[in-house]
Amino acid sequence: MSRYVVSMTLVLVVLWLLFSGMWTHPVILPLGAASVALTVYLSPRLGLLDRDSDPVHMIGPALKYWPWLLWQIVRANLEVARRIIAGPGSISPRIARIDTPHTSDIGRSIYANSITLTPGTVTIQVRDDHIEYYALTGELVEELEAGEMAQRSRQFGDAL
Amino acid sequence: MTIVLDILSWILLAGGSALLLIGGIGLMRMPDFYSRIQAAGLTDTLCSIMILLGLTLQADSIPLAAKLLFTLLFLMFTGPTAAHAMAKNAHHDGLEPWQSDAGGGSSKR
Repeated sequence: MSRYVVSMTLVLVVLWLLFSGMWTHPVILPLGAASVALTVYLSPRLGLLDRDSDPVHMIGPALKYWPWLLWQIVRANLEVARRIIAGPGSISPRIARIDTPHTSDIGRSIYANSITLTPGTVTIQVRDDHIEYYALTGELVEELEAGEMAQRSRQFGDAL
Repeated sequence: MTIVLDILSWILLAGGSALLLIGGIGLMRMPDFYSRIQAAGLTDTLCSIMILLGLTLQADSIPLAAKLLFTLLFLMFTGPTAAHAMAKNAHHDGLEPWQSDAGGGSSKR
């Protein structure tokens, strides 16, 4: 518990300093410190401090998954831009379903959001063991079927 | 150093604007609702990433740069949510994806 208090204090202090920009103001800065102190005092009393609310342990897995996802977004953007320039004749839209091997809900929702975040595919329906999604072309379906995104999002979810 | 940052930010802003333009063209050009969401996806994702990163490189203070980066982070969470909400409702109301005549169209009603 004390670990979460420390990490919450750190996160709130950093966020307050970044968002306010008042690093030396004689009145605002103490008010910010008081706000952080009050929030850190109240949160455990409200039962809001636990592993799920602590963003610090997510940094490592996120730094592993997000750069890969960014690369996928870049690739998908170029692909969809190419199809737009080529015109509607170059697309073959379909609604497909894919099994989700995820062991955690957070992993499954990361996967669903990643599918939507890469242009060309949108998640339509999430079920217990599969996802229905819309894909702009058959190639995008094959790419998802290859399963790298499923694998990586599963690892990300398991690490959280 | 400033000139390197300026060139980098110029490349990012120009690339983002090009994607915005292509996304806008796609919004007009794509044949149905679902494929238009994909075109809008260009402006949601790489376009916002490039433009906000380009602006971050132009920011003259750390708080300003941080706000731009947090805007980017939040956009990466809200964008897919909106796209998913629209696609899901369209699907639930029975809207079928457009099929090209050449493409067979097995799921066409």
